[in-house]
Amino acid sequence: MIKFKNSEITPENIYKKRRSFIKSVGLGASTLAMSSIPFLNKSLASERDKLTSYKDITTYNNYYEFGTSKSDPYRNSQIFKTTPWDIAIEGEVEKPIKLSMEEISEMFISEERIYRLRCVEGWSMVIPWMGFSLSKLLSKVNPTNKAKFIEFESVYDPAQMKGQRYPVLNWPYNEGLRIDEAMHPLTTVVTGLYGKKLPNQNGAPLRIFIPWKYGFKSAKAIVKIKFVENMPTSSWMWASPREYGFYSNVNPNVDHPRWSQATERIIGEGVWAPRVKTLMFNGYGDEVASLYSGMDLKKNF
Amino acid sequence: MRRYSKTLVFFLSLWPIYVISYQIIFNQLGPEPVDRIINHFGEWTLIFILLTLSMTPLKQITKSVEWIKFRRMLGLFTFFYASIHMLSYVGLDYRFDIEPLINDVLKKKFIFIGFSAWLLLIPLAVTSSEKMVRLLKQNWKKIHRLIYIIGIFGVLHYIWLSKTIFFKPLIFLIILIILLLFRIKITRSASKI
Repeated sequence: MIKFKNSEITPENIYKKRRSFIKSVGLGASTLAMSSIPFLNKSLASERDKLTSYKDITTYNNYYEFGTSKSDPYRNSQIFKTTPWDIAIEGEVEKPIKLSMEEISEMFISEERIYRLRCVEGWSMVIPWMGFSLSKLLSKVNPTNKAKFIEFESVYDPAQMKGQRYPVLNWPYNEGLRIDEAMHPLTTVVTGLYGKKLPNQNGAPLRIFIPWKYGFKSAKAIVKIKFVENMPTSSWMWASPREYGFYSNVNPNVDHPRWSQATERIIGEGVWAPRVKTLMFNGYGDEVASLYSGMDLKKNF
Repeated sequence: MRRYSKTLVFFLSLWPIYVISYQIIFNQLGPEPVDRIINHFGEWTLIFILLTLSMTPLKQITKSVEWIKFRRMLGLFTFFYASIHMLSYVGLDYRFDIEPLINDVLKKKFIFIGFSAWLLLIPLAVTSSEKMVRLLKQNWKKIHRLIYIIGIFGVLHYIWLSKTIFFKPLIFLIILIILLLFRIKITRSASKI
């Protein structure tokens, strides 16, 4: 798995060509032929690293602010206004700041970062995000010694966000990380995907992406980042504390109380494609496992 | 017209098959086709349970026995769609990989209750023929009361698999409750006579 690439902006069709090129050269025609046999697919890592299409990434979303069906966000977010947009960094910091989207894009250069996304519902995508490490943004403030956690707050705008008119979750959407998780280089501030501006349905203008956690941890359309002393209660923890924990690390050994997390279905693979085994920390264990050493991950789910 | 009403209902009941065939042929199943197929047949199973349960109340309301002749067919379609639903889960999603399946059935309450509902449908399908009605006499009615439990299991199956309380499962629940309340009313008024 390529974690991130400092390449230039590449259009989708070139990406695709590159993938098929690597595939044909690197694996050879025999492997390709074999990959069409579903039962053998399980052992081939190549399939799970294939980029999900731009269409699937941008039309199949969980973004309850725009409706609870997967096609709702695409349908209901097109007129959503993302300018002007300010992000406040506040809480347990010496001097709180407020940055506009323009200031942020001037200050930080977005790079291509290809990460797997594993949804808690049991499906996954591979997404070429554009973004930069959250640690860079957080370094703009000096936290006090009380600061232990980071809280993310998404925008609250029921006039523009249909879904927020219903108490599906407690709005605004809220998420959180431990400071060391937030400072980890893999924790990304996302500003685009497939070399393009981030579409509204994917969390424009700015979202967080944490590759080793279930998708819902990666809050969209962020307006506030707050340093706090106590562990924040996320929207999903409010909704169902038994089912959604603070950590929510991808873990094939800890099932959701109502369904298994051992396997996942890769989006865009078609009817005959089998499920693939879910990887611990979504395959980013080498980078992040040390954050949780000595912790009981069954208890701290 | 009345002579053909049963044939008409039969072909109308195949609607879910037409829809999914169209979607398969024209590649309209979306990014998660397996999920789409499973959910499609799951939802239609529930709709057919509710349709089956509507026939007796419709008879009461319209004071016409016409409805009852569709009841068996609708019930069998319920079993048919429930079986496709179950088989697409077992076959398409889990590829008949028995171990994780058993694990799911035993550990996940929504799968347990859904699977139970399907099992309970089997005796109803088996005893659905005219011959069985005559053979079982009074017991036939008792066996076929299982459909109430199946309906409840089916809707619970839907509610439990949803991440939060959603609109659709609630609609199914409300309609089911109304249809079951009819039964209480019917038996009450019957016992008065």
